[in-house]
Amino acid sequence: MNLEGLVPFALALVLAPLLLGVINRTKAFFAGRRGAPLLQAYYDVAKLLRKGAVFSRTTTWVFRAGPILSLAAMLGGLALLPVGGFPAVVAFEGDFVLLAYLLGVARFFTVLAALDTGSAFEGMGASRDVTFSALAEPALLLGLAAVGREAGGLSLSGILPALTAATWLSAAPQIALVAAALLVVFLAENARVPVDDPDTHLELTMIHEVMILDHSGPDLGAILYASVLKLWILGGLLVGVALPVRTGTVLIDLASFLGGLFALAVLTGVIESTMARLRLVRIPQLLVGATTLSILALILVLR
Amino acid sequence: MTQMIEAVMVLLVLTNLLLLGTSRLATCIRTVAIQGVALGTLPVLGHAHELSLRLVLLAVGSASLKGVVFPFLLFRAMREADVRHEIEPFVGYTASILIGIGSLAVSVWASSRITLPGPAVSSLVLPAALFTILVGLFVIVSRRKALMQVIGYLAMENGIYAFGVVLVGEIPMLVELGVLLDVFVAVLVMGIAIYHIRREYDHIDVDELDALKG
Amino acid sequence: MTLLLAGLFVVLAGGFLSLFPRSSGLLGAGGAVAGCLMGLVPAFAVLAGGSPPSLRLPWAVPGGSFHVEIDALSAFFLVPILALSALGAVYGVAYLQAWRGRKAIGLAWLAYNTLVASMILVTIARNVVLFLVAWEMMALASFFLVVFEHEREASREAGWTYLVATHLGTAFLLAFFLMLGRESGSFEFDRLHPPSQAGLFFVLALVGFGTKAGFMPLHVWLPDAHPAAPSHVSALMSGVMIKTGVYGLVRALTFLGPLPAWWGWTLLVVGLTSGLLGVLFALAQHDLKRLLAYHSVENIGIIAMGLGLGLLGLHYGNPVLAVLGFAGALLHVVNHAIFKGLLFLGAGAVIHATQTREMDELGGLMKRMPLTGATFLIGAAAISGLPPLNGFVSEFLIYLGAYRGATSAGAPVAVPSIAAIAGLALIGGLAAACFAKACGVVFLGEPRGAHASGAHEAPRAMGIPMLVLAVACVAIGLLGPLLMRTLAPVLIQVTALPPADVVTSIDEAARPLRFIAGGAGGFLVLAALLALARAVLLSRRPIHESVTWDCGYARPTPRMQYTSSSFAQPLTDLFGLVLRTKRRASAPRGYFPGEAAFASETPDVWRETLWRRLFAGATWGFSKFAWLQQGRVHLYILYIALTLVALLIWGLR
Repeated sequence: MNLEGLVPFALALVLAPLLLGVINRTKAFFAGRRGAPLLQAYYDVAKLLRKGAVFSRTTTWVFRAGPILSLAAMLGGLALLPVGGFPAVVAFEGDFVLLAYLLGVARFFTVLAALDTGSAFEGMGASRDVTFSALAEPALLLGLAAVGREAGGLSLSGILPALTAATWLSAAPQIALVAAALLVVFLAENARVPVDDPDTHLELTMIHEVMILDHSGPDLGAILYASVLKLWILGGLLVGVALPVRTGTVLIDLASFLGGLFALAVLTGVIESTMARLRLVRIPQLLVGATTLSILALILVLR
Repeated sequence: MTQMIEAVMVLLVLTNLLLLGTSRLATCIRTVAIQGVALGTLPVLGHAHELSLRLVLLAVGSASLKGVVFPFLLFRAMREADVRHEIEPFVGYTASILIGIGSLAVSVWASSRITLPGPAVSSLVLPAALFTILVGLFVIVSRRKALMQVIGYLAMENGIYAFGVVLVGEIPMLVELGVLLDVFVAVLVMGIAIYHIRREYDHIDVDELDALKG
Repeated sequence: MTLLLAGLFVVLAGGFLSLFPRSSGLLGAGGAVAGCLMGLVPAFAVLAGGSPPSLRLPWAVPGGSFHVEIDALSAFFLVPILALSALGAVYGVAYLQAWRGRKAIGLAWLAYNTLVASMILVTIARNVVLFLVAWEMMALASFFLVVFEHEREASREAGWTYLVATHLGTAFLLAFFLMLGRESGSFEFDRLHPPSQAGLFFVLALVGFGTKAGFMPLHVWLPDAHPAAPSHVSALMSGVMIKTGVYGLVRALTFLGPLPAWWGWTLLVVGLTSGLLGVLFALAQHDLKRLLAYHSVENIGIIAMGLGLGLLGLHYGNPVLAVLGFAGALLHVVNHAIFKGLLFLGAGAVIHATQTREMDELGGLMKRMPLTGATFLIGAAAISGLPPLNGFVSEFLIYLGAYRGATSAGAPVAVPSIAAIAGLALIGGLAAACFAKACGVVFLGEPRGAHASGAHEAPRAMGIPMLVLAVACVAIGLLGPLLMRTLAPVLIQVTALPPADVVTSIDEAARPLRFIAGGAGGFLVLAALLALARAVLLSRRPIHESVTWDCGYARPTPRMQYTSSSFAQPLTDLFGLVLRTKRRASAPRGYFPGEAAFASETPDVWRETLWRRLFAGATWGFSKFAWLQQGRVHLYILYIALTLVALLIWGLR
């Protein structure tokens, strides 16, 4: 346990919903609207926590457990993420495997909760979600193997701080490839364009949103909060790899990390405003492509 | 310079994967053109300290041929045959990419076993070149449209070019010109053939050519 | 030793006593339970560090002697065998009630107890003849259990396939042991020494033991035979019987001396193939037990990957990789026994309650069978390798070994390590998808047919074994670091590395496991706290019940739910090139459509292509070479290209 890791942990708990606000503001800017307040996600969570709930008669305890287990998994994952200058709360060899599998836990129970409703649409979303995430997993784990070899570490708190500007200079193609792969994983896992469109409200075309149609009240609040934490975790991973600011001064490192993260949020907004969603049959190619980038990076690192 | 050459090689590998993963003929043509232009810079990059007019001419010549002339011809063939997409390839796009990864691994392995006459500029050149040749071959056998087969031949030529320019460096210009000429004629002939096949049969699917079998 | 042999005797005696018509199977089950519990004592004693007991009696068979010994490796395999056999026997009492009066239950118990006894004997035999006799006994006893429902055509065919496959495997083993014995001049295990042509022997052992273990493509019998047997037997076969193949392979490796690298590569590739194709075929199934059987192939693949990495670690002098690979593989043997046993027992409870294995007719069982549902869910999460359960612990060890190899070793170790990481990651994601499907379609939602809506919870004798196994899944997830210690003697024996090296590597591996165990505990506490917070928040709020939101559609019916086939369709389509799913559909037509139907089936591609062809090949003759001429330009060019590539590879070899 690194107690100083609790600082960025707490920071993430507070700031994560802001990422969603930034993304939405960016999209609003491109659409020529003023957009929802930056703090909208906070309002949403607060409102949902104060609400009652409606449950389908079909559902069982699995449906009610889903959001809680997802949120617990995300909190666990957050504890494994080192943030600019700070080590993670918990760091050990192979912690990123645990991180990847904690995301898996959240997904598994979200999917089960979706299937518990017996709705055709939620089954559809669940089916797509497991398909795409199964393909995103190798990209993530292989990409981390590549940067792990480059940095000579086996834990996130060892790898990410070791990726300095000097590493970038000597191994630019490798790290750029991994960063590209991680960007795809980030977009896919967080259900953003071009994989999924968080704005759509047509059940047939949704993936993540359709799985949580039947949740309401505090459960939906937990899901929303878990999803912004996921945005923070995978975004933090990407920023940690792609932004080599390691001055050793805690404040500068932290500020650059946060800057990078919010720049990533803006980038996500730009991508969502300028790109169309891919056809569903095309998404596997994108994810396999990301895996390929990771493998290519590994080949470059290995030789 | 090695860094630049390696960047070109990474670009080569990535464009190959794009070639495997896309169904739009226009994208494929552009991809091969980008490959050609990027490779065209190689003689200059590889011998930056001893630039000669011959090298520059070779670079400019091949880059303009592959980057401008071939794409122009192919785009025209595409318009005339009125096809935009490879609709139903023999091997699906995701599977193609997976096969691509496999052949990349084979290329890397194979190049680790090949002993070169001299020192290579970068250990990446050989696998990238081999990979390009394999991808070209694969595109030829796995796609239906005749146009895609031409594109496959072009990718193969790019691979051979990469192989030669950086490894040997001293490819006699005549040989290189000969190869280019071959491909040029091939593109022309294929372009004309595609046009005529299309006019006769209303499609350019090569797998239907077995109707000609006795 | 005496206690284990006495247990063996009790198991067999129980089997024979159950032949008496009035015994109602209780004697057989009682014998199995008592005998197994007796046997567990010496097995645990050895694992706790006791000296390995042995016994050698003369036997009037040429080359044979009754030589048995419980060393660390035997004890490690004995524990899951004994534990699962006992639980299976308890379960079987209630499960076989359904056939009471229609079937000779006594015979089934005789076969069950013989199977248990022969598995025990296989792991402790130290003489070639004794080992092979026990091996054959095991095959025959399980054959009789596979054809338990011999009135069904499918059961008979499954049994037939199994019999042929297992004997082909045994033929290879016979060759392996006879040749090894001839070179060594003795049939005692402790006198066998490395042969001159070790590679040939490795292949023989790989094929022989691999047939039992279910390595692809030798697995063809498995997805047929395991579902055909009664469920507690399926649990035993999938959970531990196929592990005797792994045991045999590991044991054989200790005979064969210094290892060339290609053995490790072979095992790794076999493991990758089995793991990936196993899970893909599992995804395409909609028969619950068949799905589980394919997952056995997948998990055996993961085990083989661990062994392969371990061998490569040994060959390249990388003790950490060797220890982690073997430790992960061996721990996965135990873990798979637990959760696969649990899942098959759960599937049995479902079949018991609904009379069908067809997943697309099930649904909504969580409400009707809460205990079965909850334990099945735990087993499903465990087999998907999700923390905080036991599956994650063993997979993590293999991951850790692979990452060590990938990040710090030279290319010969790094490349296979990367392949293992890629394979494990993909397999993990697909397995989670598959079990989300199995759990979701069978237990959640609304019943899809009359079978499921009339279901009832399983009797207590079936519920308790499932509960015990589910608790074991959680417990091992939380106690991983402690288990590493018990692995030390086994690993020292298997790897033949200096004990100090092994212990250091184990301690190094146990460090992250401590964090994981702590994290698992923390996760459970956190989830409990969140659940509490949720309960507090909801306690003062209005809670309503309604129908599921279905896009505004007012009358959703159970038939509108996603089925197992539709859930898996994106993935099965994606990998259609390998799976070759057959679909038959008659689409609705006209303005007032009447009948419409859709059916899909994914037969085993190895069976359909490789084996069917291989067996028919002899009769086909060479007249079939005409198929070379297809008249397709692509194929001709493909031939040329393939030849060139092959020549290139051959020339550069």
